[in-house]
Amino acid sequence: MVERQAVTRSLAAIPLLLIAAIVALVIFAAVTGPYDASLTQLQSSIGRYLSGAPASTPLDTVLFSVRLPRIFAALITGAALAAAGAVYQGLFRNPLVSPDILGVSAGAGLGAAFGIFLSLPVIAIQGFAFAAGLGTVALVYMVASAVRGHEPALVLVLAGVVIGALAGACLSLLKILADPYDQLPAITFWLLGSLAAIRPDDVWSALPAVLVGLVPILLLRWRMNVMSLGDEEAAALGVNPRTLRLILVMAATLITAAVVSIAGIIGWVGLVIPHIARLVVGPDFNRLLPTAMLMGAAYMLLIDIIAKGLTTTETPLGVLTAFIGAPVFIWLLAAGRRGWS
Amino acid sequence: MSKHALDLARLAVACCALLLLTMAAPASARTVTDSAGRQVEIPAKVNRVFAAGPPAAILMYILAPDKMTGWPRAPHAYERPYIAEQYRDLPETGRLTGRGNTVNLERLLEARPDLIIDFGSVNDTYKSLADTVQAQTGIPYILIDGRFENTPAALRLVAEAIGVTERGDELAAYVEELFAEIDKGLAGIDDKDRPRVYMARGPNGLETGLKGSINTEIIERAGGINVADPGDASTRRGIVNVSPEQVIVANPDTIVTWDRTFFEAVWSDPLWANIDAVKHQRVYLAPSAPFGWIDRPPSVNRIIGLRWLPGLFFPARFQPDIREETRRFYKLFYHVDLDDAALDRLIEWSNGKP
Repeated sequence: MVERQAVTRSLAAIPLLLIAAIVALVIFAAVTGPYDASLTQLQSSIGRYLSGAPASTPLDTVLFSVRLPRIFAALITGAALAAAGAVYQGLFRNPLVSPDILGVSAGAGLGAAFGIFLSLPVIAIQGFAFAAGLGTVALVYMVASAVRGHEPALVLVLAGVVIGALAGACLSLLKILADPYDQLPAITFWLLGSLAAIRPDDVWSALPAVLVGLVPILLLRWRMNVMSLGDEEAAALGVNPRTLRLILVMAATLITAAVVSIAGIIGWVGLVIPHIARLVVGPDFNRLLPTAMLMGAAYMLLIDIIAKGLTTTETPLGVLTAFIGAPVFIWLLAAGRRGWS
Repeated sequence: MSKHALDLARLAVACCALLLLTMAAPASARTVTDSAGRQVEIPAKVNRVFAAGPPAAILMYILAPDKMTGWPRAPHAYERPYIAEQYRDLPETGRLTGRGNTVNLERLLEARPDLIIDFGSVNDTYKSLADTVQAQTGIPYILIDGRFENTPAALRLVAEAIGVTERGDELAAYVEELFAEIDKGLAGIDDKDRPRVYMARGPNGLETGLKGSINTEIIERAGGINVADPGDASTRRGIVNVSPEQVIVANPDTIVTWDRTFFEAVWSDPLWANIDAVKHQRVYLAPSAPFGWIDRPPSVNRIIGLRWLPGLFFPARFQPDIREETRRFYKLFYHVDLDDAALDRLIEWSNGKP
């Protein structure tokens, strides 16, 4: 009894620790960067901002139009990808599943590349990415529901792999057709993921979609535990697995597409973070979801700080997350996995 | 004799004839040393030349358009009026080098070129590609250094190889004269009086070429200083992504771009509002028809950009008559007599009204 209380208390401390880490990272990211500023300059800049005065110095622009939006975007992206990953891993009862499994990233990449190919403005490129990400998953769902008589979750994953490969092929075709001196580098940079070009508007366009997507996930967090038992058990416990899966997939897809459309394709976060969170707090989705989101936010911000500071130019996030994520993942596999119960 | 045997005999005769023809072809060959130091044997008379990529195609179009086998990609509708009529519809051949190989070697052979030319970076990758393709197809393949400073030499080397020496000399002289004119105009300028230039690429302007990359050479050649300078000489020189904060720190006083999306957005974008170049209206849009004025691709097309940029960078020292110079350049290099409407469109474009 005493032992159980101790465990509960230590689990309760984890979110607090993560929040403290995030606060520290946010402060660090806000005050460091290529633009040198003294503490007093920072103070007066923050003072001006709080008093509602318009940006008058370059530092104001740097702080409130460049650094803060980027920090928020990193937090939102990390939390969203981790939440989506946790949902997908629970739904498919497989720790090797990432938010890309149903083709949302492949679709978004294709949409963005098409926008770049047509030389559209940035906002339209993001819109294309968002719409194509959602559209791809919708297509996957339609294909999967047309194929009956198999394990539904398995068919869904297979359809995702197939449609994702198709989107990848279309993307390759676009790359070949694109101008190699102009559009091809832009497509490549987009596909590697970066928060370098984030502007305040991007945060405001992605945030509502992420919040809307999180609502059903939060409301259904208890039923997620039931879903991870498998369809038959879930049905026996009075849950309609088909409907629930559809709602959760829609929600997870919405938040993934929203962040991918502003940040580009960033792998590994949605795969590794929920996994680590499960190792730390166990498979109970009620506890897993907030832990994964906080971890994802902290991890993404940390990665972005490294991306800014590693060289004089920007390092793509997709490269860094893989460099750090892959060894961690191998270690996790070697250390043995924990079950779902 | 059965019918089959007769067919076989005919086939054998045909094969022998073909073999004799192939052996007879390089009757009077010459040897050319390309920029990679490769000794390449080429036929005495070169009538058809396959361009490995867009830079080589432009070089060929300028020197001897009648010898081209085609364009790496078909010209876009907006580029066509600036290409001489008889060459607008040459077949599309694909790219042999650069990023992504889209040439079918059979099609290359079908085009029956006497020579393959690549114009651009010279390194071991391209060298080995040239060797492989040459060995596989039996068509001589020369690799020419595409560096800006090398333009006159490249024009002369290729002109000699394909038998248009006079044309090569004429164009090389034009380029040398321009280089000399600019060197003279730039003499004695302190670094602090030179514009600090950022080349914005991509729809959000956050891609750029590092100092020393082939994509931004024109900035330095025209007397500017590229602000994207990593300092460290060992780092990779190419196209990179930068953050808005880095642009704000670098605070360039001049921005050049060819991206219309970026050019239209930059004036009202709060992130760029504090940049000196934007505050002082010194963001310049380079025309890109039929080829880019400052890059895209990095080939001889940049020479007209070099007429244009010094006047923007140093208005007190260079006052080129851009209208007249454009007309002359397009006539001399691109074989087109621009009518007033087409010329106006280019000049307006270079004034930021595409």
